[in-house]
Amino acid sequence: MIGIVSRLFFLQVKENKKYLTLSDKNRIREWKLAPVRGEFHDYFGNVIAGNFEAYQLHLIPEQVEDFRYVIYRLKDLLELSDNEFKKVLKKKNEIKPWETLIVSDNLSWQKFSKINNHLYDLNGVKPVISISRNYPFKENFTHLIGYVSQANQDDIESTQAIKKNFVPGLKVGKVGLEKTFEEKLIGTNDIERYEVNAYGRRISQLEFQKGEKGKTLRLTIDTEVQKLANELLKDKAGSICVMDIYTGAVIAMHSSPSFDPNLFVFGISQDDWQLIRNDPMKPLVNKTLQGNYSPGSTIKPIVALSALENGIINTNFTVRCTGKTEMYGQTYHCWKKKGHGYVSLRNAMKQSCDTYFYEIARKLGVDKLSETAKKFGLGEKVFGDLFDIEKKGLIPNTQWKKNALGKGWLLGETIITGIGQGYIQTTPIQLCLMTAQIANGGYKIYPHIVVDDKVKDQPVDKFTPLYKNSKNIKIVQDAIFGSTNEVMGTSYRSRIDNPKYQFAGKTGTAQVKKITEEERELDLKTFQIPYEQRDHALYVAFGPYKNPRYALSVIVEHGGNGSTTAAPMATKLFKLIIDRHKIRESLGNKKYLEI
Amino acid sequence: MYQHTRLTTNRLGFFQKFRNFDYILLICILLLGFISLATMYSTDGGEIKFHTKSHFTKLAVFTLMMLVMSFINIKYWFSIGYLAYVAVVGLLVGTYLFGITSSGSQRWINLYFINLQPSELMKIFIIVCLAKFFHRMKLENVNSIYTILTSLIIILLPMGLVIVQPDLGTAVLIAISGIAVLWFAGTNYKYFIYTILGFIISLPFVIAFLKPYQKLRVLTFLNPDKDPLGAGYQIIQSKIAVGSGGIFGKGFLKGTQSYLEFLPEKHTDFIFTLFSEEFGFVGSAILLVIYAIIIYRIIAIGASSRSYFAKIFCYSFGAAIFVFITINMSMVLGLLPIVGSPLPIMSYGGSSMLATMIGFGIVMSARVHNQQLIA
Repeated sequence: MIGIVSRLFFLQVKENKKYLTLSDKNRIREWKLAPVRGEFHDYFGNVIAGNFEAYQLHLIPEQVEDFRYVIYRLKDLLELSDNEFKKVLKKKNEIKPWETLIVSDNLSWQKFSKINNHLYDLNGVKPVISISRNYPFKENFTHLIGYVSQANQDDIESTQAIKKNFVPGLKVGKVGLEKTFEEKLIGTNDIERYEVNAYGRRISQLEFQKGEKGKTLRLTIDTEVQKLANELLKDKAGSICVMDIYTGAVIAMHSSPSFDPNLFVFGISQDDWQLIRNDPMKPLVNKTLQGNYSPGSTIKPIVALSALENGIINTNFTVRCTGKTEMYGQTYHCWKKKGHGYVSLRNAMKQSCDTYFYEIARKLGVDKLSETAKKFGLGEKVFGDLFDIEKKGLIPNTQWKKNALGKGWLLGETIITGIGQGYIQTTPIQLCLMTAQIANGGYKIYPHIVVDDKVKDQPVDKFTPLYKNSKNIKIVQDAIFGSTNEVMGTSYRSRIDNPKYQFAGKTGTAQVKKITEEERELDLKTFQIPYEQRDHALYVAFGPYKNPRYALSVIVEHGGNGSTTAAPMATKLFKLIIDRHKIRESLGNKKYLEI
Repeated sequence: MYQHTRLTTNRLGFFQKFRNFDYILLICILLLGFISLATMYSTDGGEIKFHTKSHFTKLAVFTLMMLVMSFINIKYWFSIGYLAYVAVVGLLVGTYLFGITSSGSQRWINLYFINLQPSELMKIFIIVCLAKFFHRMKLENVNSIYTILTSLIIILLPMGLVIVQPDLGTAVLIAISGIAVLWFAGTNYKYFIYTILGFIISLPFVIAFLKPYQKLRVLTFLNPDKDPLGAGYQIIQSKIAVGSGGIFGKGFLKGTQSYLEFLPEKHTDFIFTLFSEEFGFVGSAILLVIYAIIIYRIIAIGASSRSYFAKIFCYSFGAAIFVFITINMSMVLGLLPIVGSPLPIMSYGGSSMLATMIGFGIVMSARVHNQQLIA
């Protein structure tokens, strides 16, 4: 008897708190609802990744009297295919009877209203309007923003915010900015607290705690420019990026071909997936950040600048181009068989004379060249940690070759590096940054895509110069100007005479394979060469020339020739970019205009 | 063994019998009945449903029966001692042969007007039978081989019949009832020690013969958290319910554990859990006091009885009730493994209440006729 009393005392008085908690744990159960995801807006506030109301059909198995009947009835009403039907049954077996089974997560309005009309004999079926991701511009922003899809085990384990807010059917970012900013975008769950009985049946609602919508992120992107980029690269593989040369704000960044990210939101079908995966133009690769290309002649401004900075040459330095030159027992060809004759720096840049750059690269040496190239943003990630897929490219030097390949540097390799061939590899965004930093007078900028209220765009007075002598930058700028706006220039045909739109650019043609002597003799036209062996067409430019503001880089894979394929795209782009500049400016960052 | 003598003395009139009633005991029993009704009402979710109604009917009928029994002279109860025992053994045999199977054991027998659980009745009638057996037995005979063997047979026969049902818990309670009588009759304590030693020695063999579910119960008792949703569920939920009650309880009809059906067997074996959850430590203590008064009154009645039969019956019955309460409460508080044992009067179940009320009836009869000598 004493034992019982003391036991009662122990349980009820001493351990009361513990058991009270346990009792509450027993009877109170939380239901988390999927949080509302933050949106992506472009610079002008247009929604580029938003939410829409998805019509869904939920079912709680234990509330259904005759599951077989209901599920077959639903199969008829929703016209589910056998495959989809099997998937639903499989899901049903994986969940507890009181958990929600999502029969269909994106119904058309017709089917949704049809179900609503038949609800009287579908006990336990719940039509639900739920918030889901939507990408109104479809393929335009795919590589930049990425897409969301059902969270898997890896997502839950790797990201704390996903773990905390996880509910079955939660969509999380898989690639791009959707993934990078997951923690900001995800928001917090609505929480419903119910009193439940021992079988998990809800008895009464105790509380409803409203969750918070995820943060909406404003990007520096201009949708109109982005759309134009997508249009220009239609049916081509390549990349276009546009950057503000003072703020580093990315105006457009597109990789082609792209695909519709909406396909992934509710799980992509096998057919669509195979189509995207097996496309030879590789839509899944973000070419702007992941594409490692030989820069070709677009590297020439840097080579020239490096030579000037290191005092190897001056503006009067002249080389005679005969179409080919013999160095270290090897023959190096200029793209022009007949040769350019005597060329100075300005002329060599304008006509993209290879012989001239062979010569100054030889005099300069690869180590000094790589130093300048790295200073201007080549060979390292442009966005830092923003995109986990971003590649670093490669700026070779003697040390690198020794470490990576275990061999000594050959002088011949310096020579081809001078025209952007050989080991050197750059991504399109790096080329854009390089051009921007030349265009702004040689100052360092920090490219970014998200408009962040806390970190103000880099102020002008804090710009760090990348040059030793600002005159050298001017010389290079002028040479690039000649390349576009003077007769004999490689992109002369793409010029705009109106000073409002006038831009300066450098073409590039990157060989994807070594050209044999036979082929050189044949002098084939681009369309005569198989697609995979055609050269990549590149173009970097900045404008308006008188008061530059924007830089861009264009790459068309296997596009043949920079001046015929890539440069005309820049013409169209600059027209739009400069037209839209006024509107952009009116949104308020005048501060950087006067320089 | 005894001589029949004329009993002309102490013949009591109706009103005299009334005056002889133990009103404290009666009030306590009625109070307990009332509490059990209220608790039953709570198990029905605050509505008068099947359990409440049925419990009320049984309570009313059996209380009336107890009162009627108390007016009948104790010597009649003495005289039917063996007969009642044989009858219940007969019922047990009947249960074995034609019993109703429910949740894996064959415990009930259909008597057309009532489904009876004879093993519950045996808890009381074994006391009646053994009390009669030891009545006026010479002290030197109490410890004779013949007496010991006979009483062992009397105990083991119904035990065996109950074990095969299978219902080990009730069988043990029957044994305890019987052993209580032996103890009060003056059996040498050596035999108890031998029995306990023998039991301990045979424990490994007993364990070997236990049914898997019985082994599981013992293991669960030792570590209920091993399988919290399976075998350990009952005891864990029961402890949570009791513990969350606190000092003053969650309030009448507000026991979430039982209301939301986390509590298993809340009408029967775990009725005390529900009571304790709703009325807390104070309520449970009051309930224990009521039980203590009842047991004290039973023992007091035994002490004031003139006949040896009445004395032995009262002492043993009091002891048995004490043990039943202790085992039931220890079980729901997690001090003992789960054995199916109801809480007298409080638990739902006709047979158990019938048996307890018969016991009270005989005790009350002994009180009313406390000057009655049985030859």
